Amino acid sequence: MQVETSCKILYKDAPNPHAIRFELAVGDMVERSCKAPGQFVHIKCGPQRLLRRPISVCSCQSGPAGDDLLTVVFEVRGEGTAWLAQRREGDCLDVLGLLGNGFHMEPQGRYLLVGGGIGVPPMLGCAENAPSRCDAVLGFRDSSHALLLNEFSAHCGSVAVATEDGSLGERGFVTGPVEALLEKNRYDAVLCCGPRPMLKAVAGLAARLGLPCQVSLEERMACGVGACLGCAVPMADGSMKHVCKDGPIFNAGEVDWNG
Amino acid sequence: MADMRVNLAGVELKNPVTVASGTFGFGREYSEFFDISKLGGISVKGLTPLPRQGNPAPRIAETPMGMLNSVGLQNPGVDAFIAHELPWLKAQGTVIIANISGSTPEEYGEMCEKLSAAGVDMIEVNISCPNVKAGGLAYGTRPELAAEVTTVAKAHAAVPVMVKLSPNVTDITEITKAVEGAGADAISLINTLRGMVIDVKTRRPILKMNTGGLSGPAVLPIAVRMVWEVHNAVKLPILGMGGVSSGSDAAQLMLAGAAAVAVGAATFADPMAPIRVLEELGELCDSQGLSSVTQLTGAVQPW
Ligand SMILES: Cc1cc2nc3c(=O)[nH]c(=O)nc-3n(C[C@H](O)[C@H](O)[C@H](O)COP(=O)(O)O)c2cc1C
Ligand code: FES
Repeated sequence: MQVETSCKILYKDAPNPHAIRFELAVGDMVERSCKAPGQFVHIKCGPQRLLRRPISVCSCQSGPAGDDLLTVVFEVRGEGTAWLAQRREGDCLDVLGLLGNGFHMEPQGRYLLVGGGIGVPPMLGCAENAPSRCDAVLGFRDSSHALLLNEFSAHCGSVAVATEDGSLGERGFVTGPVEALLEKNRYDAVLCCGPRPMLKAVAGLAARLGLPCQVSLEERMACGVGACLGCAVPMADGSMKHVCKDGPIFNAGEVDWNG
Repeated sequence: MADMRVNLAGVELKNPVTVASGTFGFGREYSEFFDISKLGGISVKGLTPLPRQGNPAPRIAETPMGMLNSVGLQNPGVDAFIAHELPWLKAQGTVIIANISGSTPEEYGEMCEKLSAAGVDMIEVNISCPNVKAGGLAYGTRPELAAEVTTVAKAHAAVPVMVKLSPNVTDITEITKAVEGAGADAISLINTLRGMVIDVKTRRPILKMNTGGLSGPAVLPIAVRMVWEVHNAVKLPILGMGGVSSGSDAAQLMLAGAAAVAVGAATFADPMAPIRVLEELGELCDSQGLSSVTQLTGAVQPW
């Protein structure tokens, strides 16, 4: 059951020059509401802003006595995240969580994790959940945007990096390394978070091999809990689903990629 | 402790704090955060005769101390509501208000009949949705159409009928009098105000529908003014809403003439907002030595 709590920022740093990482003390939130990696928290961004901002969980742990920890990584995209970026260690945030469904992962499953840009951090939770049963392909604009490479290496069999300008790893998009790995290895599913064109391309590659693919979708949100119907996304069967409650993780096959 | 009970067109509410249509779903989501039987009432997401998908995304845009929405009456249809949502809602121990939108007067009539038979406590006739093309706002901006819808709804409803008015009019009292003349039992207001937000980088409106309905703290003073005008124009009880996020906001609407209030977008910011508003309103009554919260209604002392 999700909770709304005041959470202290225990630790703040910058995993690259463009992103900010908070480690938060979240009480018993993880214990009470963590279902699977890929969920999000809904954070109030100051008294002057009505709407919370949804931010994916990077990783989380439940502690023995209401001392659960949760890490988020975000980039400044607008006024809300700009306010958030100015918070310091010791400040408290009003956090609603954990929300959404998370990736469906089998206990012995082997997974190809694909992350793009600020969609990379949420995939770390998947890697931690399936240590040494996953490979990762991480895409960034350039080397200055790369992040969490050591963390992924610690949990994954292999980590391939692609940058658009070739300043780190392979030059180009994630699709090159993804295709190569899918041909070489056997996976139970592809799990993917990043910009929509990347999700669509990766979903296409997986579909061609008949491999299940789960994607993390984004939409502007108000309530975050399924009450306002603000975060609708069209499905292939013509229905509407809601990112905050039915997602953010969807089977790639149910999504209307042209919608 | 002040007596918090209020009467809205013959329906007894245990307190004057309800939740606004479209901001509380069918109650299930927020029942995980608090005991929803503590609410004075729940107005459910707007119902239509047939299921509706609503509008394309993005449907939400933030504004200074508020938000725009262009959800567009997405709902499973009145029959699915009665079959799958109402039984659970009725068991929650609070007043259930069915909010309905049609594209013809007959559609309103048909829904009033079904919902009365199914046992809702009250019907809120929405003639003010800015997010649908047919009907919706057109009924709420033209007095003769508003009166016609009200007449048909009244003829088919076996429970009190409350008409929800749009603030997107030049003179709210004109439409109020038309609705009163057609037999409405109560008035609710305000629905959202039409607004627009543009992304200056892409030069595109944030909302896919270009425009949407503004709500949240930013609209409170407009709601207070309009409730006051309506209270001065007609005798009908008023359910006031628009921007309520504290007990004193609720008290403002009541002083302006509302018998009860609804909390809307504030719940998105704070899931506990309706309960907090109720507690703060109770404390305000006690601090002013009121024996009943009803003493606030219309008690403003204008200059
Ligand atoms: C996301 C959203 C959906 C809404 N849907 C409906 C609806 O279906 N029917 C209706 O009568 N009003 C609807 N409204 C209007 C609210 O019931 C209320 O009149 C308005 O939001 C003003 O109150 P607030 O400022 O407290 O939110 C909706 C408002 C929002 C924010
Ligand atoms: S944000 Fe309200 S339903 Fe998803």
